[in-house]
Parts: sequence; structure tokens; C-alpha cells
Amino acid sequence: MQATSRAFKENAHRALRDPDLQVALAKMKQGFIERRATAAARLPEFETLRDQGRAIKDHTLANLDFYLTRFEERVIETGGQVHWAEDAEAARDIVLEICRKAGARTVTKGKSMIGEEIAINEHLSRHGIEPVETDLGEYIIQLRDEPPSHLIAPAIHVTRQQIAASFRQAHRELDPARALEEPRTLLAEARGALRDKFLKADVGITGANFLIAETGSTAIVTNEGNGDLTQTLPRVHIVLASLEKLVPTLEDAATILRLLARSATGQEFSVYTTFSTGPRRPGDPDGPEEFHVVLLDNGRSRMLGTEFQEMLLCIRCGACLNHCPIYQSVGGHAYGWVYTGPMGAVLTPALIGLKEAGHLPNASTFCGRCEAVCPMRIPLPKMMRHWREREFERHLQPNRMRAALKAWAFVARRPALYRLGARMAATALAATGRRSGAFRSLPLAGGWTLTRDLPAPEGGTFQAQWRARRRPRGDR
Amino acid sequence: MPSQPVVGFFITCLVDLFRPSVGFAAVKLLEAAGCIVEVPAAQTCCGQPAYNSGDRVDARALARQTIDAFAPYPHVVAPSGSCAGMISKHYPALLRDDPLYAPKADALAQRTHELVAFLTRVLKLERVPQPAQFPARVTYHDSCSALRELGLDAEPRALLRSVEGVDYVELPDRDSCCGFGGTFCVKYPEISTRMVEAKCTAIAATGASVVASGDLGCLMNIAGRLLREGKPVQARHIAEILAGAEDTPAIGRGRG
Repeated sequence: MQATSRAFKENAHRALRDPDLQVALAKMKQGFIERRATAAARLPEFETLRDQGRAIKDHTLANLDFYLTRFEERVIETGGQVHWAEDAEAARDIVLEICRKAGARTVTKGKSMIGEEIAINEHLSRHGIEPVETDLGEYIIQLRDEPPSHLIAPAIHVTRQQIAASFRQAHRELDPARALEEPRTLLAEARGALRDKFLKADVGITGANFLIAETGSTAIVTNEGNGDLTQTLPRVHIVLASLEKLVPTLEDAATILRLLARSATGQEFSVYTTFSTGPRRPGDPDGPEEFHVVLLDNGRSRMLGTEFQEMLLCIRCGACLNHCPIYQSVGGHAYGWVYTGPMGAVLTPALIGLKEAGHLPNASTFCGRCEAVCPMRIPLPKMMRHWREREFERHLQPNRMRAALKAWAFVARRPALYRLGARMAATALAATGRRSGAFRSLPLAGGWTLTRDLPAPEGGTFQAQWRARRRPRGDR
Repeated sequence: MPSQPVVGFFITCLVDLFRPSVGFAAVKLLEAAGCIVEVPAAQTCCGQPAYNSGDRVDARALARQTIDAFAPYPHVVAPSGSCAGMISKHYPALLRDDPLYAPKADALAQRTHELVAFLTRVLKLERVPQPAQFPARVTYHDSCSALRELGLDAEPRALLRSVEGVDYVELPDRDSCCGFGGTFCVKYPEISTRMVEAKCTAIAATGASVVASGDLGCLMNIAGRLLREGKPVQARHIAEILAGAEDTPAIGRGRG
């Protein structure tokens, strides 16, 4: 997809004025936060699990080459194939080639962020293959021709009425008299439409929450069971995954699974957890004839050994989005690309470049709530600051801001000059603002005073008053 | 504590420039608790604006300057979770590769405390050091740095409750940021405004007449928005309430 991250401010401006979106965001905020807190509180070992989960992923990243090779060997042993994709384009070509060889006309898809990252749907459509999203949220945004706005709830920004309208437009046989107001009826309608596609599909594409090195298995978690139909009914199953989904053992996957659903939705476990190991074996009642894993790098290996390595610990639970006051205010689309919220603010510049995505790590108050709830304890604010450092080094920030910062630092590095400047500023501002106590507007402070008063200084700095009142014992 | 603890007071640039009365309230509390308070003249700003803007060179220079200014003091106290967090949590990382200053940064980090943290954790106070009065219904806004970086949670509430006349009421959704965020509030004013709006709505819903906090940045943001919305709630630094400084006009309120 074409990134619009450069227009983050404009996107945010629109989002703040979108009443439907604001209703959806308010609902989301309450639900996710409460459910996660309850789930975490009910599990005494939750904090220990976080440490264990992180240790597993840290260990895997430190030995990534070993586990990747191991994973590939095991996939081949079980009769599957691994395809290495350097970037999005390579991944798209690999998927298209597999689909063409299978003579595919319809492809069903389980939810996959890698699918979004490489924009596989557009690619397949352009080449005459119909991709059909089978996750309800993904199906809705596919009908609306939109990117997902949330990691695990891609259509969180859409209201029920909007969904009903999309269905009426897309499902031509739908009786206009049929009521679609309730979630239950919407779900039934989507199910009906999708059933046919599941049966018709030649290829099924899913993502992967885990790749398991010891068995060559891939694992997905869903709440709808759509992923299972996607990967068992068609003749060919393609798994789209990025390198960092790897864990050494099934046991390790189980440890992280205990964190994933609790952090994401507050469930103890997702409704379906499905492991896929190779194609159908002789005697198996079902399963695909071909099993392909497309392993995407797309810039991730470049993050290893840098200050951004810890971003590769992310398990895509969405807890950082749910707790982020910026995300809660503007939603996911404002971020302008596939990944949103705090994890997107760190990952997106690594994947599409800092020039494109420079706003994202800046649009944070460093409130730290994301890090506090991240099951992998990823220091997201710290990494956003590292992006700001790179921006500063590369002179990517607005010149005016840079000049102001430099001027301020020049003074702050000279205490005597600083004391003089502060005294003059305090005196001047207090003289005009003291009576009323605050400024309604102030030149050069429009960003503040457009929507807030600016409290005026009391008059005189603390330093000056202290030295006037006391013997300057502390003058060293 | 056997003898009188000597405290180097880190004023913070916002208190120095905008609200010296907070500094004096803090000094009053420290002295009432038996400390000798000194104010080194060579201090300016902890360097956070540079640090969070990606300017490591200036941030490091300001960190070294602060380290030198406070070298003589066994304790350093700041009336701000944000600045105390900068010194105690970020200086060591910032100066990790500086062979001369890395050990000094670690040492200063150990000695530096936010005001309430110092009173409760170092001096082990469970109530205000001298009887204070502040007859008002008060709620408390956790600054993100005090709450999450320094882990201050029960301590400020306990001290507030120990002030005579304070009717403490908890703030709903208290984990949420107020939207100040240093330069964030001017770089992304619309999002910042949405956040502070939500905060002010929550504050008003408590029925409190005073909102207290430990960070002047948050307080100026909240006070500025409360004033713009015409809400009568006063915003005050927690030190003012703990010191019973009722006579000082609240933040953003005039004398006229």
C-alpha cells in the first residue's frame, strides 16, 4: 500500500473530527484495557511469564541463523517448502508463482499482517486471481478497500451500520428486507458468503503467530476458525511469515501463547490455536497437498545488532495500541501504513524508511504505558527516541525546530547566561500576564494557546529570589 | 537519619521560571523534615528537551553540567518526576560510553530523588513533616514519569491524605497521560488537546476543587485547559498542598 505516514498530522486532524471513528475508539479503549488487566491479574505468574517469553525470543534472535536453518530442514523433512524472500516484491512474486502453478483462480486468506505488508491482495488481483479475506474484520475492510487499522481488530474503526451498508453493496443476492443490524446477523451473512469461497479456493494463505524450529510447524491463533478452513480445504497452503516469528520448541510457543491472548484480548487462550506441519501425509483424513512457507526479511535482519533489535521480539498482540493515548485519539489509519500505534512507530521507519515515517516516533509523549503492558517488555519509547536521534543526525527535522533547540541549548549550557535570560523572561512575561494569571494567546506559542491558556510566570526566578533571601551557601 | 541530611535542590527549569513558589514550598517541606537545603547556582535544565528531540550532544553536555553542579551533595531532590527520572534513569544510559562521567552518572542517579519519593522512601515519612492545612476536595494526577518511571503510586496519596482538611478523591482513568509530553504539546497540539480535554473531563467528574500533581509540565497543561474551558478547578503542585500554601494563587490564576 502507498504509505501516507508523511501526512500523519493531516490524517490525525481528520481522524479527530470523524464522529464514527471516535465512537469506535472510545468503545475499544474501555474494552481492551479492562479485559487485559483482569486477565493479567488472574494469573499469578503473569509477570514471570513475561520474563520467560522474552528470554525465549531473546535467545532465538541471538541464534537466529541456527534456528532458521533448523526450521527449514524440518519443513523439508515433513514434505513442505521454504521460500526466502528478501523484500516485499520477492515475496509477492513467490506467492504469485505458487498460485499460478496451482492454476489458482480463487485464493482464501486468513488474517496476516505480512500479507498486508507485502500488499499481496493487490498483487494477486492484478494478475487475475481473486483473493478473499476470511477473517470477518479483514473481510469487512477488503469490501471497503481499506487497510487494517488495528493489529488484531482490523475493522475496529468501522461501525455496524457501515458494515451493513458494505454487505448490501457487495452481496448482490442479499434480500433488501433482511435485517443486518445485529453482530449475529452480520456474522451469519459473512459466513454464508464465505462458505462458497472456502469450497472454491485453490490456494489458502495464512499468516503465522509462530514458526517452530524443532518441528517445522507453523501456528496461528484465531477466534473464528476461519484460518483452519483456509489452510485445510484448498489443495495448496501458503504460510506468510517474517523471520522473527521463530521460536525453538513447541514448549516455547506454548509459553508465549499464554501471554498472547491475555495481552491481546484478555482471553486466557484464543478460541482456535492451530499447528500446521507439512502437507497431508498418506493416511491423513485431510490437509493440503502442498505446504509452502514464505519467509520474509524486508529489512528485519538489518535491525539485528542495532538499537532496534528488541522490536523483533514483538508478538503482535496489540496491547501497546490499546493502551496508547495517541492511538486512542486518532486510530490506526492516521499512521499511514500497515503497522500502527507504538509498535508501528518503531517498526515502520525500519521497514519503509525514516524519511517516510519520521512523524510516527515523534508523535508520542513517552508516557510509557506501551512498555508497561508489552508482554515482551519492549522498550518502545526508548526506541522511538533512537529514531529521533537518527533524524537529528540526518537533519530530517524541521529547521525551525532545530534552530530553536540549538539556541535553547546554547543558553542552557551557560548557567550565568541562563540565569540572566530566565530572569528577564520571567520578569517580562510576569509584567504582562501576572494580573490575569494566564495568557489567552502569545506570539510564537500558538500551538499551545490555540486551545489552552498559558499560565503566566509568578515573576522573578526561584534562583534570584533564593539568592536574595538566603546567604548563598550553595553558590559553588 | 542520624545527622541532618544535606540536600542539593534541583529546581527544574519550569519551577524556576514559572512558579518559584513551588520551589519554596518544597524547600519548606525538606527543612521541616530536618534537611539542610542548598541550591547550586550552576544548574540550568536536566537536558530532557534535547534528549527527547534526539540531540544527544547537547543532552550529554547538560547532563555533565548537572552532574558537576551536584557533585558535592549526598542527596539531590527535584520537585518533578520527569526531571528526577531523567537524572536517575536516563543519565546513566546517556553517558554509558563516557569513561569519566559514566561512574559519576551512576552515582548521581543513585542519589537523586523526586520530592515525594525522597520524603517517603529516603526519610521514611508517612505523613507531612509538619502539620499542614489545606481545606479542599483534592484529586491527584499521576505524571507518567512519576508513576511508571519512578513507581510512585501510594506515596503521594498518603502524604496528601495526611494534610488536615484534604478530602482526597481518586481520579478515574488515572494511568492516562495528560498530553503534555514536553515538545509533543506544541508539535502535535491537536492530539495533545484531545488528551488534556479527556483529562480535564475526568478531573471535573471527581467534584474536586483542586487537582494536584508532582510535575509542573502536566500542571501547566491541565491548568491551561481548565482555564480555557472555564472550569473552576484549581491546579497546584503537590508541594504547595503538602506545605499548606493556600495563599498562593493557583496555577494560571491572577492576583488581580
